[in-house]
Amino acid sequence: MANVLHIVVCAGIVPDPLQTLEPVTTPAGPGLKNEMVLPAVLDPWAACALYEAAHLAAGNPGSKVWLVSLGPKAKLQQVMMTVAQKVNFELVPIDGPIGGFTDAHATAAVLAETIAALPGLERDRLLLFGGWESATRGSGVTLQLVGERLGITDQFQGVDQIALRDDGSFEVLERVEGGKHQASVCGGTPAVLGWATGNLAEPRNNPQVGMANMRTMMPALQKAKPATLAANGLRYASVSLPKQQRTTRVVKDMTADAIASELAEWIGAE
Amino acid sequence: MATAAATEATMLTLPGDAVRQIQWRFADRFDLQMLVQSARSVARSTVACMVAAGERNNHEWTPAKNEMLQEFDRAGITAAFMEPEEGGFIAGPKNLALSLAAFELAWVDGGAATASLAGFLALAPIHERGTAEQVLRYKSLSAPPHAGEDRKPWRGAFVLTEPIPYVGVDTGMLSGKVHVAEWQDGEEPWLQVDKRGRFITNIAFANFATAAVNSNDPRIKGSCVVILEEGDEGTFDHGTPTKKLVHQLSSTGDPIFNLKVPANRIVGGYTVKDGVIVPNFNHAEIIEAVFRRTRVPVGLMTAAKLLSAVEPVIRYQRGRFRGAEGAKPGTVRYEQGIQQREDALHRLVDVWATGEAAASLGFAAARLFDTLDPIEKRKTEILHERGIRGGRAEMKALKESEHRAIEMLSLRPDDPRRAELASDPLVDFVLKDTEANVVCPATKLWNTGHGTNMMREAVSLMGGYGITEDCPGFLATKWMDAQLEATYEGPEAVQRRQLSVTMTSEVFLAQFRTWTAEMRRIASARPGTGACTLASAMQMWQWTLNHLQKTTDADGNRLYHGQRQGVTFPLADALCWLLASRFEILDVLELEAKGNSDPVVAEGLAGTVQFLSDLCHTQAAQAAGEVQRICAELVFGYKRHPAWDEEGHHGCFLASELEAYEEVMPGISACAVDVVSLDGEHPEKAGPCADCSGNSDFLRMQNKLATCLTGSRLAKDRAADTVSRVMIPEALDYPA
Repeated sequence: MANVLHIVVCAGIVPDPLQTLEPVTTPAGPGLKNEMVLPAVLDPWAACALYEAAHLAAGNPGSKVWLVSLGPKAKLQQVMMTVAQKVNFELVPIDGPIGGFTDAHATAAVLAETIAALPGLERDRLLLFGGWESATRGSGVTLQLVGERLGITDQFQGVDQIALRDDGSFEVLERVEGGKHQASVCGGTPAVLGWATGNLAEPRNNPQVGMANMRTMMPALQKAKPATLAANGLRYASVSLPKQQRTTRVVKDMTADAIASELAEWIGAE
Repeated sequence: MATAAATEATMLTLPGDAVRQIQWRFADRFDLQMLVQSARSVARSTVACMVAAGERNNHEWTPAKNEMLQEFDRAGITAAFMEPEEGGFIAGPKNLALSLAAFELAWVDGGAATASLAGFLALAPIHERGTAEQVLRYKSLSAPPHAGEDRKPWRGAFVLTEPIPYVGVDTGMLSGKVHVAEWQDGEEPWLQVDKRGRFITNIAFANFATAAVNSNDPRIKGSCVVILEEGDEGTFDHGTPTKKLVHQLSSTGDPIFNLKVPANRIVGGYTVKDGVIVPNFNHAEIIEAVFRRTRVPVGLMTAAKLLSAVEPVIRYQRGRFRGAEGAKPGTVRYEQGIQQREDALHRLVDVWATGEAAASLGFAAARLFDTLDPIEKRKTEILHERGIRGGRAEMKALKESEHRAIEMLSLRPDDPRRAELASDPLVDFVLKDTEANVVCPATKLWNTGHGTNMMREAVSLMGGYGITEDCPGFLATKWMDAQLEATYEGPEAVQRRQLSVTMTSEVFLAQFRTWTAEMRRIASARPGTGACTLASAMQMWQWTLNHLQKTTDADGNRLYHGQRQGVTFPLADALCWLLASRFEILDVLELEAKGNSDPVVAEGLAGTVQFLSDLCHTQAAQAAGEVQRICAELVFGYKRHPAWDEEGHHGCFLASELEAYEEVMPGISACAVDVVSLDGEHPEKAGPCADCSGNSDFLRMQNKLATCLTGSRLAKDRAADTVSRVMIPEALDYPA
C-alpha cells in the first residue's frame, strides 16, 4: 500500500563547479570573486536528494515534493530553468544571500521557519531531505539543525537509498567506512535524510514538466520573502580553496587495472 | 586571500544567460529559457561526446546518430516546433524559439543543429500553407510521444533541390513531375509523383517528404508541393548518403520517389476548375514562405560558432607557454601567454565583435518574424474580406498601404497623423514585411559568409592546434561546417539577388533613413558605441545606391540593374555590414536600459556594457571601412580612366603654359601633377589623374567617414585589455 509523503527538500545554489572559484574578502565577509555573476547550479548533493524525493513521491500517489531554497531570487530563477524541467515539485524560494559563508544556525532558522509555515504540510508525513554535503563550504550541519528546530530526531546522513514499507516504516542505507553501507530501519515519518549521491541518474530535461512547474514557480519567485541572515558572531580567520591538481593526460587503450594501479600509486605518493 | 577590488567598469566574466536574455529579448519568456537549457544540455553532453568520439568520421546514418534524434525528442527540441495541442509546449510563433535551439546546438556542432532544423523544414511547408487536416496529421505524427505513449515519432525531409542540370540557384525550375494517375467521377483524384532529390537532409530516416513538383499533365495546373509517405504505393528510395566533408551529424542523401498518392496530399489543398486540378499554392509561394523563416536560424548557427570560439581561444592563449622552461608561475609569460601580444588580442576582439553582431542581427530577424506572423495572418484576412486573393492581386492592393507607410515614416513622432497610420494593420504589415525581406537574406548572407571568414581567423588563433581533432571547441570542424551553412538553403548568390531587389524598395529606403537618424540620436546620448560612425556609413550607402540607380557607366550602360551583379551584389554586401552593426548597438542599449532590473546582471553591468560598446565601436568601424571601400569602388570604378591621348590632355598642363603661369602665380608648378611637354612626354603613370568633378558630395562623405573613425582603435584597445583580464571558467563545459 502506498504511503502519502510530504517531502521537503532543502537545496541551495552554488557556482557551477567548472567556473574559476577564487576566494576574496568582501565588505560582508569572505566570498568568491564575481560570485553573483558566475553561472550557478543546484547544489549537487541536494540535487540528488531532489531526484530521490521525486522518485519516491511518484511511487506513492498523493505525495508531494517542496523544494525550499535560500538564495538571490534572480539566480534561483536562472537555475530553475534547468532544474524545473527534471521533476515535479513546488518551489519555495527565500530571497537571501548567496555563498557558503553564512552562519549555518541562521540559515537553519530561516529554513525551519519557512518549512513550518508551508501551507498544507502535514508534519507527521514529513521527510526532510537535503544534501549531507555541499559544494559551497560543506560544514554539513545545516540540515541537522533544521531537523532539530522542527523537532525531528530521526536523522540519517550519507544516505544512498530509502526503501519504504507498507506499514509506513522504511529502511535507509547510510554510507560508512570502506565503501559499505549501514542499514537502519526507521519506524516512520517524520525523519531527516541527508543524501549522498543516491542511485538515480540525473533525470533528462523535459520542458513539458518545466512548463507545469513554472506555473507556480514564477509567482512564487516574484513573491519570495527576503531573509537576512545574522552572523551570530561568526568570523573567518582565513579562507582558501582545496589544493587542486589538474594534470591531464590523454591516454588511449589503457586497461582499467592499469588506471587503478596508477591512481593508487599517485594517491600513495600524495 | 585577495581583497575584492573596488568596482570598476570592466567586464568581470563572459556574458552569461541573464545578459543574453536581455540582449536578445527573451528575459520574460521562461518557455524559451528552458528550451535554451534543454538544447544546451543535449549539445554539450550527447552531441559533444559524439563529436569527440569521432562520430563525424563517417557518412552513414549510425545508431549513435539516431540516438541523438531521440535525445532531441526527450529534451523537447523536436516539440519546440509544435503547438501545445499538437504535442508542443510553446504557444504562438516559434521563429525565436527555433533560432535559440539551433544556436545552442551549433555552439557544439552545426550538423546536429541542421538535423534538428531539417525536421522543421520538412514540416514548414505544411505549417505555413497546409490545410488544417494536413497540419494536424503531420505535426501530431512528428511530435514526440508523451509519457507512457508507445509511438515512434515520424521524421520528415524537405525535397526541393534536384539533380544536375537543374541544381542551382533557380528555384523556379523543377524536374520533379506530377500527373493524374486515376480520377473517378466524384472521387479524390490520385496523382503519380516522380521526383529525384539531391543533397536532401534527413532523408536516411525520413518517414515522409514534402516534395516540390511540376505538372506534366494538362489536368494539373502549374507546380505544387506534395506530401509523400514511406508507405505509399511505389518507390520511396532513401538513396545513397552524400559524402559530405562537413555536418556529418545530419543525414544527407539523394532520394528517388515514384509514388502514387491521393490529391489531398497537395500542400494547402486544391480546387477543381473546368476539370483541372488547381493547387491553392504553387511551389514557389510555399518555399518563399518557408525559406524566409528557416534561413534565419542557419545564420545564427554561424554566429554561435564565433561566440563559442571565444572561451577556448582565451584559455589557449593564456596557457600557451605554461610548462615551458622559461615560463615560471607569476611571470607575464606564464600568466598571460600569447595574450601579452596585442595582435592576438585584437584579432580575438574582431572575432568576438563579429559574433556579437551576427547574433544580434539573427535574433532581431527571428523576433521580427515572430511579430510578423500574426500580422501577416491579419493582413490576409483583411484582404480576403475585401475579396482580394493571390500574390499579384495582394501586391497591387498593398500599394496604397506602402504609400501610407512611407508617409508615416516621414512624420514626426508627435504628429497625430502618424499614430493614425501606425494603427493601420496593413501599414504595420507592409513595414514589417519590408524589413523582413531585407533582414532575412542579410542574416543568411552576412552571418554565414563573413562568419566563415572569421571562423578561419578563430582557427588561426589556436596555431597548429586549431586544425587538429584535439582542438578545444572543435573550431576546425566549425569552420568547415560554416562553409556549408553559407551554401545550403540558398547560397550566397541567392541571398544577394534577393537583397538587390528588396533593399531598393521605397518603403525600406524610407525606413533606412529613419534608422540613420536613429543612429545619430543614439550617438548623441551614447558616443562610445560607434553609432555616429555607422550613421555616416549608412548615409554613404544610401547616397551611393541612389547615385548608381541614376548613373551609367563609361559606355552609357545602366549601373544599377538586375543583371549587373558587379554593382548590385557588393551593395547588398555593404548593407549587411551596416545592419549587423546597427542591431549590435541596439542590443547593447537594451542591456544598458534593462540590466539594472536584474540583480545578477546589475552586478557587473557597467563593465559588460562598456566592453560590448567597445565591440560595437570596433564593428562599426569595420563596417564603415567595408562600406567606404565598396561604395568608392562602385562610384569611381565604372568611369573610364583618362589616358595620355588628346582627350586626356585637356586635363593637363602644357609645360610651356606652366612656365608662363609661374610668372604670375609663383609656385603653381609644384601643384601641377599632370604636365605634358610639347613633344608629348608625360609622367610615367596610367594617365592623367581622374578629376573629381561631379563627385564632390561623395568625396566629402568619404572624408567625413574617415574622420568618423576617430576613437575606434581606442575602443579596440580597451576591448583587448578586457579580453586579457576577463575571468573564464577553469575548463570548457563540453568534452572537446
